[in-house]
Amino acid sequence: MKGAYLDHASATPVRKEVIEAMLPYFEQNYGNPSTVNDMGFKIKQVIEKQRAKVAELIGAGAEEIIFTSSGAEANNLAVKGAALARQKKGKHIIVSAIEHNSVLNSARFLERLDFEVTFLPVDEDGLVDPERLSEAIRPETILVSIMHANNEIGTIEPISEIAAVCREKEIIFHTDAVATVGNIPVDVNKLNVDLLSLSGVSLSATKGVGALYFRKNLRLMPLIHGGIQESGRRGGTENVPGIVGLGRASELALEELPGKVSHVRRLRDLLVAGIVKQIEQVKFTGHPEKRLPGHASFCVEAIEGEALIYMLNQEGIYSNTGSACASKALKTSPVLVAIGIRPDLAQGSIVFTIESSNRIEEIEYALEKLCLAVEKLRSISPIWRGKAVA
Amino acid sequence: MYTENVMEHFTKPRNAGTIEDADGIGEVGNPVCGDMMTFYIKVENDRLADVKFKTFGCVAAIAVSSKVSEMAIGKTIKEARSITNKIVAEALGGLPKEKMHCSNLGAKGLSQAIKDYEDKKFGKPKSEKAPVRKKKQKRHIQCNHCDTQNPITANFCMSCGEKINT
Repeated sequence: MKGAYLDHASATPVRKEVIEAMLPYFEQNYGNPSTVNDMGFKIKQVIEKQRAKVAELIGAGAEEIIFTSSGAEANNLAVKGAALARQKKGKHIIVSAIEHNSVLNSARFLERLDFEVTFLPVDEDGLVDPERLSEAIRPETILVSIMHANNEIGTIEPISEIAAVCREKEIIFHTDAVATVGNIPVDVNKLNVDLLSLSGVSLSATKGVGALYFRKNLRLMPLIHGGIQESGRRGGTENVPGIVGLGRASELALEELPGKVSHVRRLRDLLVAGIVKQIEQVKFTGHPEKRLPGHASFCVEAIEGEALIYMLNQEGIYSNTGSACASKALKTSPVLVAIGIRPDLAQGSIVFTIESSNRIEEIEYALEKLCLAVEKLRSISPIWRGKAVA
Repeated sequence: MYTENVMEHFTKPRNAGTIEDADGIGEVGNPVCGDMMTFYIKVENDRLADVKFKTFGCVAAIAVSSKVSEMAIGKTIKEARSITNKIVAEALGGLPKEKMHCSNLGAKGLSQAIKDYEDKKFGKPKSEKAPVRKKKQKRHIQCNHCDTQNPITANFCMSCGEKINT
């Protein structure tokens, strides 16, 4: 069956090279890296090599990387770990309103521990205004967390400008870069961040592995107490195959990034141009230029996203939506609400995320089926009145 | 997530469309909540000669509308009234728990259309006074930033995370 996987923001296929790199660490090299026997020692060295590879991808030092179980854990460790380690200095933190749930809910957890949290609003393109951030900073502010790019609307935030504001006021700055690492160049020194989260899921590594970059000597309260793994910042025996996979994936990402960006951008622009030409009354979400190269997100008037997703699904096309019907809680995506999309229009949200493995034929196929699905759903929609509705 | 029966009705919805000279029209739900259905019925000799629908909503909402219309056609008014949300959901081989409100909407939409037909035919029964509205206790608070309705106890908006000023 013909098909196209266009949901790479949710998960990426694990690369063959990554799997090959991982395989020896199941049956042959299974020792515990914390032990002093030969097998354990060798594996410890392997882990350190992977640390260097991940660090190189984001321009960091190897000793500045902590391996975690996911991007979500990295976000938790950054927000909670940094805030808890600094609570004597102050108890106010700032996060944007469109952060990933792992940041938002970490912040809400801190609220219960008597921290004060400012949820910083964004403009209609999803951009955080550095000036607005500057105004929100108080003497007791200890941490700011703003994501590098939003996975739902694709907007890339002005991180280095935001970081400059934080640096000037000596506030720790964290960015969730799960959506950007491997998709656009990310350099922790250029961005000037103190903490940065990344995940294997979006890097063609396996699920269950992520990493947190922390600027050297930055204090973090561990969330998982245990042995002295990850220099005491995260207990628990390391996920060795996962870490090896993340290391290999980082190498590949570094090599392939320049070619990848132009390839996925071309496909994305093709998709967007096709939609503009063939489907009327579509509202594109996120910033038109400051966005991820392989990311197309929009809301289709008068239809509901879950129905659209399923209809494309039947043609083998995978995509995602922020519609309320598709969430278990039956709530519209907070990101779409935060950028001021009308609630009924937000129901028709759909997200396509393109990777280097996608081909032009897949995009053409998806476009053709998307137009048919929209037409079909609109034909049975009571609120579709054609062009007459503004 | 959905049964085969649901997917079948979703893929090939029966009786989608409108009836120009409908005897009764029932409109339920609203697009802001994510689901909206409009049912059109044509009545001949106390039987539903034709039923059509238009639906804005998810897979379940579309499948339910299709199933309801299919079940209702040819039935007497009385029989059609007895189609409940439970019967529809069962006929579709079950619905996920969080989607049961869709089947509710389908049954409600059809009975609204029947009520509309009867009101037109017999006139509104006189006994039906406008119900006395109870003074509604305020249980929700609106977010100033995004207009989402939040529980009165919320300190922060559950949608956008803005602080709620009470």
